[in-house]
Amino acid sequence: MKTVGMPRGLFYYYYYPWYKTFFNDLGARVILSSPTTRITVDQGINMAVDETCFPIKVYFGHVQELCQYDLDYLFVPRIVSVEARSYICPKFMGVPDMIRASFSDLPPLIDITIDISRSPRDFQEELYKTGRLFTKSRRRIKAAYEHGREELKYCQAIAAQGYTMAEAIDIWEGQEEKGSWNSDLCIGVLGHGYSLYDQTISLDIIGRLRKMGCRVLLPEALPGERVEEEASTMPKRIFWTLGRKMVGSAFIMEKKPEIDGIIYVACFACGPDSFIGEIIERKIENKPYMLLVIDEHTGEGGLNTRLEAFCDMLRRKRRQKIEDNLPAYG
Amino acid sequence: MKITYPHMGNACIAIEAMLQKLKLEVIPPPPISKKTLEIGTKHCPEFACMPLKITMGNFIEALDLGADTILMAGGWGPCRFGYYAQVERDILADLGYKFDMVILEAPDSRVSELFRQLQALGQNVSIVEAFKALKFAWYKLQVVEELEKKLAYVHPRALDKRKAENIYDLALEKIKATQDKEEIDKLFHTCLASLDQIALRAEEPLRIGLVGEIYTVLEPMANYNLIRSLGRLNVEVDNSIYISDWLNDHLLGGLVKKSHRRQLLKCAAPYLNYFVGGHGLETVGSTVIYARQSYDGVIHLGPLTCMPEIVAQSVLKRVSSEEGIPCMTLYFDEHAGVAGIQTRLEAFTDMLKRKKARRAAIH
Repeated sequence: MKTVGMPRGLFYYYYYPWYKTFFNDLGARVILSSPTTRITVDQGINMAVDETCFPIKVYFGHVQELCQYDLDYLFVPRIVSVEARSYICPKFMGVPDMIRASFSDLPPLIDITIDISRSPRDFQEELYKTGRLFTKSRRRIKAAYEHGREELKYCQAIAAQGYTMAEAIDIWEGQEEKGSWNSDLCIGVLGHGYSLYDQTISLDIIGRLRKMGCRVLLPEALPGERVEEEASTMPKRIFWTLGRKMVGSAFIMEKKPEIDGIIYVACFACGPDSFIGEIIERKIENKPYMLLVIDEHTGEGGLNTRLEAFCDMLRRKRRQKIEDNLPAYG
Repeated sequence: MKITYPHMGNACIAIEAMLQKLKLEVIPPPPISKKTLEIGTKHCPEFACMPLKITMGNFIEALDLGADTILMAGGWGPCRFGYYAQVERDILADLGYKFDMVILEAPDSRVSELFRQLQALGQNVSIVEAFKALKFAWYKLQVVEELEKKLAYVHPRALDKRKAENIYDLALEKIKATQDKEEIDKLFHTCLASLDQIALRAEEPLRIGLVGEIYTVLEPMANYNLIRSLGRLNVEVDNSIYISDWLNDHLLGGLVKKSHRRQLLKCAAPYLNYFVGGHGLETVGSTVIYARQSYDGVIHLGPLTCMPEIVAQSVLKRVSSEEGIPCMTLYFDEHAGVAGIQTRLEAFTDMLKRKKARRAAIH
C-alpha cells in the first residue's frame, strides 16, 4: 500500500476530509503529521526564512516531521486560487518551491497546482492527475473525487454547528462530539483557519474563550452566500479569498444582535491580514472589536490578560446596559 | 482640481510632465523625508509594508499643501499593492481630509482602457493631446533612465564620486523643471558629456545585480540610498528593474519596446515554478541570469513582510548554491538604521572582493 504524507497545516483545516477520502479510496494510506507542538514550531523556525509568517513556519515543521517517515509521496499542493479572480496569498503559491529549496531529503512531492482562476475545473483536473499515480481507472478516480467532496460537505456541516474546523475534522474521523459549554457571552472570532484552529499557533484562543464563559461564533457557521453578499459592499472587490470571507463575516456579525463583541486573530507578517484587520477595524462601529496579533513569541499570560479584559468589558457593558458609555474598542 | 501623486524614485519626473500636459494643476508631494515616513507609519497598519507607509506620508503632506485629488494605481493581487488605494482612502477619510481619489486600475494589458482613464482625468483634453502627453512623459522617462544607467557606469569607477553625483543630480533637477523637448535633449547630452569627462579608476569594479520589489529598488528613500552607497564602495550596480520596462510589460502589453521578460521567467524554473505576485518570479529569474553572466553577487531588496519577496528569498538560497552566486537579502522598514545597512554592505562587498581575488589567483 502506498503512503502519502500530509502536513497538518495551512489548508489541512479546509480540505483534509476531501484529500483523505480521495487517497483512501484510491488505496493509499494517508500519514498525517502529529498535532502542532512546541517541537514542530522550533523545527519550523529552524528551516524557514525568518521573515515568513508563523503558519508557514509551522507547516515547515510538519514537513520536517514527515521527512522522518518512509513515505512514497508527500502531498504539498500549490494552492493559488480556490475561486475565480481571487487568491489565497503569494506564500501559498510558492510553498512547494520553498520546501524544495529548504529540505534536502524529501520524498517525491505531489505538488499539484490548484488555480481555479485558470479554469473552473482546475481542482478536479489536478486531483485526477494525482489519482493517476495510484490507479489507471478513471472511473475510480472520479468516484474518489466525488466521495471526497461529499465527505468535506459533511465535515463542513459539522463545523456549522459551532465547532472549529479542527474539532469538526476530529468528529468526522469518529471522535465523540464535545459537550456543550456554559456561556453568557457570545463572541465572533475571525481569523485564517490555519492559525485560528491550530491550538499551538493561536494558543487555543477559542478554548480559552469558552472556558471564560463565551460562546464562540466562527465564520464557518455563517452561510456562504450571505458572507459574499456582505463583502461585496466594499468599494473594491477584495481579491484574497480568506480576507473577503473575514470582511463579510465581520459585517454579518456586526448586525447580529446576540453577538457581544468581535475578535480578529491575525498572525504577524501576514500580508492580507495587515490590511483586512485594518479595514474591519474601521468599518465596525457598533460592536467592540479587538485585533489580536500573534506570532511565535506570543506569551500565554499576555494573551489571557487581554482576553479576560475584553470579556470583563463586554460583561460590564451588558450589565450597565448603557450602550454608548464605553468606547467601541477593546 | 489640484492633483497629487505618490513618489517612486524618478517616476515623479514623468508623472508630473504627463499631468501638466493634461492641463492639470499639479501639487507634487514634498520629497520623501524622515518626516514623511513618520507620518505614514503613524497612520498605517503596523505590519503593512513600507511603500504603503511612505505613499501615505506623501498624500498627507500633499493634502496639507492644498491638493484635493490623489492619483494612485491599483491592481488585482495577490500582492497587497492592489488594495493600497482602498486602505489609504479609508484612512485619509477617517483623518478628516476631503479629497477625490482617482485610481488607475491595471487594465489587463488593454492600453485603450488606460488611455481612456487618462483622458477622463484631463481637463478638456482631446485624444490627440492626451496621447501627446503620454508620449512626452514616456520620452522624459527614457531620458532619465539613460542618465541613471550612465551614472551606474561612471559612479563606481569615478575617482571623484561627489562630482559625478552632483552632475547627475543637477541635470535631473533641470530636466524635471523643463517641459521643452529640445531643452531636454540639450541637458541630456551636456550631462552625458560631463560625466564622460570624469577621471576613472584603472581597476575594474565589482559587479552586483540588484533584484527585488520594484518600489524598494527604485526609491532611494525606501532603501536608504543603497545604490549610491554601493557606488561609493566602488561597486557597479546593475538594476534589474526599470519603470519603463515594468510599464511596457504590465500596462502596455510589450508594445513599446522589446521585452526580455519571457526569458526571465524561463530562467526562474526549476527554482520557482509559478508566479507569486509582485516581483517574486522576476527576482528569482534575474538572479539566475546574473549568475550565468558571472556577476560577482546579487543583492535582494524588499520591504519587511513583503509576501512575494519572502517566497523569492526562500528560493534564493537554493539558487545561490546551485548557480554559484552569493546573494544577500535586505529588508527595509521604518526602523532600519543607516549604519547597520552600511556595515552589511561593506562586509558583503569585502567578501566578494576576496572571492574575486582568490579566483583570479587560481586562474
